[in-house]
Amino acid sequence: MAKATFEVPELSQYLDVPPVTPQTMAHSKPFVAKPEFQAPLGFPGELMDDWQEKALDKMGELLGKYRSLRVYLDSCVKCGSCTDKCHYYLGTKDPKNMPVGRQDLMRKVYRRYFTLAGKLFPKLVGAEDFTKEVLDDWYSYYHQCSQCRRCSVFCPYGIDTAEISMAAREIMDSIGVGQKYCNEIISKVYTIGNNLGLPGPALRDTLEGLEEDVLDDTGVAVRYPIDEVGAEILLVTPSADFFAEPHVDGLIGYGKVFHEAGVSWTLSSHASEAANFGMFIGSYENMRRVAQRIREAAIQLKVKRIVFGECGHAWRVAYSFLNTLAGPWDFLDPRYPVPQHICEFTYDLIQEGKLTFDKGENDDKVLTYHDSCNVARASRMGNTPGGQFEIPRAIIRATCNHFYDMDEDTIRDRTFCCGGGGGLLTDDLMELRVKGAKPRVEALNNVMLEKGVTHMAAICAICKSQFTKVLPYYGMEMDQIVSLHQLVSNAIVLTPVLDDEDDEEEAEEAA
Amino acid sequence: MSFLTMVYAYLYYFAALVLLAGLTFKVTQYARTPAPLKIPTTPAPTTRSGVVFRMTREVVLFESLFRGNKWTWIFGWIFHFGLFLVTLRHLRYFMEPVWLPIELVQPFGIYGGMAMVVGLAGLWARRFFVDRVRYISSPSDHLILALLIAIGSTGLLMKFVFHTDVVAVKSFFIGLYRFDPQPLPGDPLLLLHLFLVAALMIIFPYSKLLHAPGLFFSPSRNQVDNPRERRHIAPWAKRLEQE
Repeated sequence: MAKATFEVPELSQYLDVPPVTPQTMAHSKPFVAKPEFQAPLGFPGELMDDWQEKALDKMGELLGKYRSLRVYLDSCVKCGSCTDKCHYYLGTKDPKNMPVGRQDLMRKVYRRYFTLAGKLFPKLVGAEDFTKEVLDDWYSYYHQCSQCRRCSVFCPYGIDTAEISMAAREIMDSIGVGQKYCNEIISKVYTIGNNLGLPGPALRDTLEGLEEDVLDDTGVAVRYPIDEVGAEILLVTPSADFFAEPHVDGLIGYGKVFHEAGVSWTLSSHASEAANFGMFIGSYENMRRVAQRIREAAIQLKVKRIVFGECGHAWRVAYSFLNTLAGPWDFLDPRYPVPQHICEFTYDLIQEGKLTFDKGENDDKVLTYHDSCNVARASRMGNTPGGQFEIPRAIIRATCNHFYDMDEDTIRDRTFCCGGGGGLLTDDLMELRVKGAKPRVEALNNVMLEKGVTHMAAICAICKSQFTKVLPYYGMEMDQIVSLHQLVSNAIVLTPVLDDEDDEEEAEEAA
Repeated sequence: MSFLTMVYAYLYYFAALVLLAGLTFKVTQYARTPAPLKIPTTPAPTTRSGVVFRMTREVVLFESLFRGNKWTWIFGWIFHFGLFLVTLRHLRYFMEPVWLPIELVQPFGIYGGMAMVVGLAGLWARRFFVDRVRYISSPSDHLILALLIAIGSTGLLMKFVFHTDVVAVKSFFIGLYRFDPQPLPGDPLLLLHLFLVAALMIIFPYSKLLHAPGLFFSPSRNQVDNPRERRHIAPWAKRLEQE
């Protein structure tokens, strides 16, 4: 078991709602961004002298730009439906981690300065001045929200705390209080092209290595191309896929699927990152700037289609926002949705009977599937609502013999976040991440005990990194979390490549 | 015109003005504020008619609340449905002749009044007995419940115990339309009832009662899930593209 400087929650068989225990996580704060990471994003370097005035101006601006913020701050009736839904509340017992508790940190300021009732009778309606103490609370608790939207499922008005967290972070950034993890990463995307700061040559090197590994393993030459002009498909995937287990096994899987599909594809060193941390900090401008890199890469590489790799919030930005941020995509092949998820791509091939699997290759595992929060509640796959739940499961069933779902209350649109999403996947928030993972790990533990599940598949880079790190705190193994396309990769039966010339002739004939 | 009638006439003109103007302002504000991104809570309908169906389920059945908390749902639904029946029943004070459906709903309105108070009592109890709900309740949350319960109880008391001259009440309200208020009976219970209702009308646009129009403007519920098919862009975001 990993060493912890805090108490790791005990797992139980049933989800129990803890008693309200104020201030248990008041000490939790991520590192503040240094000025050099603020400037590239267009934010002031440190807390300004007239921060309160500036923050209220910004809040007024956002209230005029985002209907969600305005309606959500007005509409809450404090019914309590959300209070036991957040994994961070369930894991930490801190009432400011109840979705409404978190919203109220902003709502009390909104009421004080933007509503008549709060201006006249602050005490009565729970309005409060925007003091330094309140700002500190904001910094602490708006960085304890993974923007997973579970609360919004159960709210009678659909109030989404993620919208409020994003606005709060945007306001804090605008007065010079940024979070190091997110803002440093966005800077890296601007200068290098991806979150991990892997430059082009390193990527090429890694991909060559993968080609060799796959050839050694399978005897089949599967290609992992980058920056190839004229390829049909641009694959945009989280940079973790280039580098760490179990992510890279997923990338190997994507390549094998493309190989079997017989389509040309390429990665891009310019858009070598699917994730868009601009969303986490609620900054439309930065989110748009990051998204534009994908448009630039698509134009430059003259591709016809865009496919996204396994990444949860990246898929939210891709599916829900990419058309808005970087569209219109009228220069791409109109027969395909833009963008497509790799799971949609693989699933379509399975439906067409173009992939052959040897399911026995995954017989060493009994699987369950973790619905990543942003895929589940903020996006779709396929043509029908809920495809985001059915398509990944169909792929697992096609590639594995042993699959069991976790408890119904903890999957599909009621899924629990891994505990590391929304810009919290940083070591300075380890206590929060471990505690926030509790509801998900609890459900996993139950299927391990009841069904003999050994592994959990996921389609999100953050989920995979988070569980790799957090499962050991609960006495589990880090490699119990696997990529979905790792399962595809294990089971897929590859077609040997004839030599290059034959290949080209075939392609010409086919065309 | 007696002093009392005059006070209440002006009170109701004022309350109606505040309610209408306030709600118009808020609804216009919501409608004019853009929703720059597609954020429906998924799975979401992929068509407009699907959204209408989803919204109808939310408004009529409180579907999300049902999934979230059964106790709050049952009390909340009883209260709102009761209030709906009571409101229909009261329409007879504001129309002449009375429409047939409103005549038919009269007996149900009485049960509605009882249901309303029962539902409110349940909701209020939760504010004391559930620690999480107690934590998030501010004085105004208690006061609004008290106000609504007082409105319901005074109404029921007038129905069952201390009757008032309902014909005179009706001519008072009909008179307000013509700016010719008729004498209002001086029964204390009636005056209290009417005062509390006016208070409710006045605080409506300034309080969490805005959840009623708010629901219709909630992007996570009212948006169609079709971002790949149709480009969605707010005017202020469009301007960024032209820079």
